[in-house]
Order: sequence, then structure tokens, then C-alpha cells
Amino acid sequence: MKVLVTVKRAVDYSVKVRVKADNTQVDLNNVKMSINPFCEIAVEEALRLREAGVASEIVVVSIGPKQAQDQIRTALAMGADRGIWIDTGDTELNALGIARLLSRVVETEQPGLILLGKQAIDSDNNQTGQMLAALCDLPQATFASKVVVTGAQVVVTREIDGGLQTLELDLPAVITTDLRLNEPRYVKLPEIMKAKKKPLATTSPEQLGISLENTLSLLRVDPPTERSPGIRVENVEQLIEHLKHQAKVL
Amino acid sequence: MRILVIAENDNSSLRPATRNTLSAAARLGDELDVLVVGSGCAEVATQAASLPGVSRVRLADHAVYEHRLAENVARLVALLAPDYSHVLVPATTFGKDLLPRAAALLGVNPLTDVVEIVTADTFKRPIYAGNAIATVQCLDPVKLLSVRTTTFDPVPDSGGDARIEPVTTVFEAVHTRFVSEELARSERPELTAARIVVSGGRGVGSADNFGLIYQLADRLGAAVGASRAAVDAGYVDNDLQVGQTGKVVAPEVYFAIGISGAIQHLAGMKDSRVIVAINKDADAPIFQVADYGLVADLFSAVPELAAKL
Repeated sequence: MKVLVTVKRAVDYSVKVRVKADNTQVDLNNVKMSINPFCEIAVEEALRLREAGVASEIVVVSIGPKQAQDQIRTALAMGADRGIWIDTGDTELNALGIARLLSRVVETEQPGLILLGKQAIDSDNNQTGQMLAALCDLPQATFASKVVVTGAQVVVTREIDGGLQTLELDLPAVITTDLRLNEPRYVKLPEIMKAKKKPLATTSPEQLGISLENTLSLLRVDPPTERSPGIRVENVEQLIEHLKHQAKVL
Repeated sequence: MRILVIAENDNSSLRPATRNTLSAAARLGDELDVLVVGSGCAEVATQAASLPGVSRVRLADHAVYEHRLAENVARLVALLAPDYSHVLVPATTFGKDLLPRAAALLGVNPLTDVVEIVTADTFKRPIYAGNAIATVQCLDPVKLLSVRTTTFDPVPDSGGDARIEPVTTVFEAVHTRFVSEELARSERPELTAARIVVSGGRGVGSADNFGLIYQLADRLGAAVGASRAAVDAGYVDNDLQVGQTGKVVAPEVYFAIGISGAIQHLAGMKDSRVIVAINKDADAPIFQVADYGLVADLFSAVPELAAKL
């Protein structure tokens, strides 16, 4: 079975971003970029499916400027077989456009399973997997914490409010990953060297026949309201005193 | 403007998040419909009809909707949506699973986690784990929004008298089957709606030690939360996780105990009114957002606090 995995180039999870002075965006100059952590979990899950004899080929796709190839190379170094880069240059993308581009890749590649991260830690949208599933008319299981392929079906345990839900989907299907699905492996240097020789195809929205009109416009970006500085209390009595008489919450 | 709010329910009762979502909807217009989808959920429709401001409850009550699977419920939403200027869901796992699928069927862009309605087409939402707030204008003919419930006060649970109309169109889920559900049963208040939340982190050290957190929570009538580290370490179940990718809470008081305060955790609690941090590491980043910080060993401070309250 062929598995298609999407990876997004996003700000590294350890970076605390700042808003630009002109309020147009956050400042990403000289900031460390990585594979979005949820996408990394998706790549890892595909690798485990291959190790379990379920997946035969793992294709990684990313959308974005040329630097997005770095994240494809990282996924290839983790063990994916080949990459597809959809070159969108500096175009501002939205989830619908991204899902439309990916739906064309699904059409061409005909994967048995599509794995995506549940959300990217930059836009925090949590949309692409669900939208791709709709466009391809495939079943979806979002926020997966366990994935078991059983022949022509996949059984997915999902993290929902209040607990866990298990669904069975017919393949092909779309799954989005949650944090506890797995712990991605570390990439070793020889694999990084080997990944440079793995095939990476380039395509574009034009070649895929998708026009990226945008119905969303980002008017401005502001820093969040800062909390006023708090105080240190010396002991438990003082804490209770403040909560009762200053904050008046107890 | 006509607005559709999709009710969060479990076939027997309306979840409180629906009332927060309705409060957001009321800022957009005064013709408010509520869609109740489920199986054997007539009682939910009655509850929804009694919410103030609701003109009509649309009830899709059928066995195929028992588990509200995205595959077929999205079709139903896409069928009804063109009658409305806005469709709102709470930004819960239910809403986030469903809304983007319906949006793609309609060919529109949904907006996730809306925290402020600026105008009928302009909304604010957090990005980058809440380290920035984006103001976004949406030009789609119907605007699909998931609403961060903590930033909209709930409407009262009674006072309305809406009519209930059935929706008879039935969509089956062809490729998705419900297998099972394990829901945590708790006598404690619901995490996202509690007035007080007591959360523990890696510093708590073990599942057994988490008993201290429960003890304090019960003294305060509080909900219990946890950091990702505590959940990953297996101290508590995943549904207690507070943070960027877990639950977002904004209680009157948030106790962060043995929590260092990673960006991802702060994203889920920094809108709390009063934040209390107890941590033995005086340099822990949690103290930068805490209103009251106590540098202390939690194993002595937490029992003492519980005893003296």
C-alpha cells in the first residue's frame, strides 16, 4: 500500500515568535524552521506502517517556497521514499487552496492512506486533513492516537473531548495525527546524506490546474495583551491571604 | 442576517459549549437557528429551543447521526449552510472535526478558534500558540467559524421559546463506522467551563502523586488539568491536557503546580483571570505569567494549601 504524507515547513516549536513592528505578520527572519511537529508524527507513523509490512511506499509532499524542500529532505532522511514539492513561491496560501492542491496529488498518486498532522503550530488552523478528505470524498479520522490497518480497513483511535473514540474506516482514508500517536525517530547523519539522492519531483499549482484565489485577507497581526507582572509570595499563608483579600477569588 | 449554530450534544443533553457559541452568534445577528444532529435527541432540541434568542431549532434526528460522524454530518451542514450568512460551531474536537469538512464541500475557507467578532466579515483569532492575534477578513458568501468558547460568556439556559422543525434529509456514512468510545467519568466540573482549575505538570512526578492535585481540586470544587509532560508521562489521561493542542481554559483561578510553563502550555491557560504558580524552580517561565508565584516544594505546599483552605 502506498502512503502519502504531507509535511509543512513551520517555525520550530521552541521559538517564541514576535509580531513585526508594522503589524503585518510575525517576524520570521533568522528564526529556526522545522517540520511541523504533527507532520513529523505523520511521517513516523508511515515509517512504522512500512516496518510492519503494511506500507510499501511512502511519498512525502510539501507546499511552499523553495525552502520547503528542506523539510521534504528531512522526511526522506527519516526514511520516506520520494518527495513531491509543490512550488507556490511567496503566495499566501489558505487551507482550501492547500487541500485542492493536495487533492490533485491524491488523484495522481492514488495512495491507500493519507497521513497529515492535525494542525500546524504556526496558523493553528486544524483544517487541511478534513478539507482534503471532503474534496476526495474519503472517510476521515482526525486527532489519531492509534492506527491499526486491517486489510481493507483502518481502525483509528481518536483523542476527543472527554476521552477516546474508535472508528473503522474503509481505505483509502485520511488520518490526522495527534501528539500521542508515536514519538518520531532521530535522523542520523548517514541517512541525511542518503536522502540527498532520493527522488524529489517539483510541480506547481499551474501544472496541477489549481488557481489559488484567496477569500481570506489578513488585515493585521497584533501581539496578545500582556499580563501585568505578578508578585512572589513567601509561603502558603500569604498565598491564601492574597487570593482571598486581594484577588478575592476564594 | 441568519446564523446557524451547530449544537454540541450527546443525544441526551446539550453541551454547555453550545451556549457560548450562541452568545458569539448573537453578536452577528438576531435570527438564530440551532441545528441539533443526533439519534433519539428530541430532548436536546427541547433544551436548545429554550435558549434565549433562538428563533428555530432544526432537528436532524436519525440513527445514522447517532455518533455525529464527520463524513455524513458535514454533508448535512453543507446542505443547510447556503441559507445562512454564518455557520458557527464551538471549537471543540467535535466542531474542529466537522466544520472544515463542511467548508470544503461548500468551497469556502473556515476560520478556527475565533476569539472576537469585529464586524460581520472580520474576526480575530490566535495564531502561533497565541503569541499573535490575527485579524482576518473573510469574503466567502457563507462564513464558517469555530468559536473559542472561553472568550464568549454563555447565554442563559432558559428564557427562549423557539419552534422545532425536523430536517428530513438523511445522509449515511458510507465509509466510516463507529466502533467504541471510552469517556472519562468524573464528578468534578468540566475542565473548559470550571471556575477554578488545578493543573499538575511533570514536577508532580507520578500518577500516584497526582492524588495531591485531585485533593486540592476537590477542596476548591475545581476541575483538574495537566501539562503535556504530565500526560505524556502517563500521570493522567489525555483529555486533561491544557495547551495549544489540548484544551483551552480561562477560569477565574488557574493553579499551575509543578508546571514549568512551556509556550504550548501557556497558550491554553494564559487568559485565566488569576494565575497561581507553585514550582520549586524559581526560574521556571510559568512565574512570568503568574499573578501569584510561590517558589516551594509542591509536596509540602500543596497539602498545606489544601489543609488551610
